[in-house]
Amino acid sequence: MLTRLLSGDRPRSLVLTVILLAILGALAFAPFLFPGVRSLETAARICIFIVLVASYDLLLGYTGIVSFAHTMFFGLGAYGVALASDAMGRGWGALAVGTVAGALAAAVLAAVIGMFSLRVRAIFFAMITLAVASAVAVLVSQLSAITGGEDGLNYSIPRELTPAFRLGEVMGVRINGKLLNYYLVFTCCLVLFLVLLRVVNSPFGRVLQAIRENEFRAEAIGYRVVYYRIIATCLSASVAALAGSLFAIWLRYVGPDTTLSFTIMLDILLMVVIGGMGTIYGAVIGAAIFVLAQNYLQTLMGSAAEATAGLPLVPDLLNPDRWLLWLGVLFILSVYFFPTGIVGRLRTGR
Amino acid sequence: MSDPILSLSGVCTDIAQYHILQGVDLEVGRGGVTMLLGRNGVGKTTTLRTVIGHWQARAGSIRFDGQEITRMPTPDRARAGIGFVPEDMGIFSGLTVEENMTLAAASGPLDTARRDWLFSVFPPLRTFWRSAAGTLSGGQKQMLSIARAMAEERRLYLIDEPTKGLAPAIISTMVGALRELKSQGASILMVEQNFAVAKALGDQVAVMEDGCIIWTGAMADLAADAALQERLMGLSMEVEA
Repeated sequence: MLTRLLSGDRPRSLVLTVILLAILGALAFAPFLFPGVRSLETAARICIFIVLVASYDLLLGYTGIVSFAHTMFFGLGAYGVALASDAMGRGWGALAVGTVAGALAAAVLAAVIGMFSLRVRAIFFAMITLAVASAVAVLVSQLSAITGGEDGLNYSIPRELTPAFRLGEVMGVRINGKLLNYYLVFTCCLVLFLVLLRVVNSPFGRVLQAIRENEFRAEAIGYRVVYYRIIATCLSASVAALAGSLFAIWLRYVGPDTTLSFTIMLDILLMVVIGGMGTIYGAVIGAAIFVLAQNYLQTLMGSAAEATAGLPLVPDLLNPDRWLLWLGVLFILSVYFFPTGIVGRLRTGR
Repeated sequence: MSDPILSLSGVCTDIAQYHILQGVDLEVGRGGVTMLLGRNGVGKTTTLRTVIGHWQARAGSIRFDGQEITRMPTPDRARAGIGFVPEDMGIFSGLTVEENMTLAAASGPLDTARRDWLFSVFPPLRTFWRSAAGTLSGGQKQMLSIARAMAEERRLYLIDEPTKGLAPAIISTMVGALRELKSQGASILMVEQNFAVAKALGDQVAVMEDGCIIWTGAMADLAADAALQERLMGLSMEVEA
């Protein structure tokens, strides 16, 4: 049953299994284990980034395509929900329309970019995605009458998903719409993750891996490489858009900085590399470590600086303002010690 | 040749600024093995790669079973019935042997009877069926590479130096497998530097020089004539199979 649920792709390492179960347990019971707005915010962000990073890994790790437009697809999904909610008003219909429209728009745009660039060489795809993503980001900023420009958009979502909707208390935790919203995000992310796991372990996924390893050989067997690449791109873009829709439902706000910025693209790349390319499980580890570091490294460093206040130089180095420096150091160390990512390292045991 | 399965007429292929094939005229008969021989760098591999479509012919015509395929994309050539075993084996090392074989049966599931036959021809494939292809030895990788081309019945097999760098024991397994394929009536165009292997398997032979075919005939005739070998390939290859 479990093997079927994981599409036959088990973690293949005891340590990895334990870590994945710990993350799953922590996310599933986050509202009860770590009560508080900030921890719930972090947990939701981890869920969404796991899906976003896994969808990028389908492209980079499994198909060997470098794209810089993944945040653009993420943003399309988010803006889909925002614009639909803005236009149609609060309601489940608006969320459904926005989500479907965002995913479809992402798939169509990915197909168009793919048809123009993947026929030639994968590197052109990277360059074109960079150009298109920049153009879309500028466009969203400029079309302020529709998108809210740099300020972004605030909108209403169904009351059942907001803190105003109260159901009572369980184990000292208030059961309200925000909690329901979290479990909506968690469940959708879990389903999307399992779908991606199924895709990469299907015959289609094997062809993608074959193309990544030896494109000409895959063609010589009879597979049309361009078609497979375009389908993978559309699939990856659609899942990224769905993750964006969940993000928009969770935040009730979209803006260029939260959904379209190039910084998010770099974060996704780092999460894929830290977790391990070509292993969907890598997305879980990469996203969990990175989002936790983003949210708690500063606090941790503040405490460490206080604890070492009597020592020379150390408190300065541990100043919370230098958190990006330490994040960089952590990244360099992880690439040096885990060149195949944490999952790759745990699976090979070397 | 009355009804060749493959015919190349005046085929010219360029790689970057180099004119590698300069008017290749070649016919491969139905059933049997045609050997493509010649010194290093004369265009043997490029000929095979032009037939499968890795390199596009600048001029000339390639006909496969009566159909013009000169401008056809590589996947369509493969689906038309051409199997290709490249010199570098081209296995998917991150996938298992099973996954490599399953992928090779591009038109549908791998036939069980054919899989069992391949197990009998290449026993290591059964042993390492669920192992990553990248962990196999050089000889086992070559077996997988050839077995992959044989995963489905093809009308023509293009095989590039199948015995290159292999131990003698593996070479005899390879020759046995190719003999069995030949006995089933397969048409094969093979590049081979090991003359003993070429002599053991070849029915017809074409010799290349400077991007052109300079001699065609029966393998038996070339094998029996040391002077002809000397003239065509610059050395006598009286090696026993």
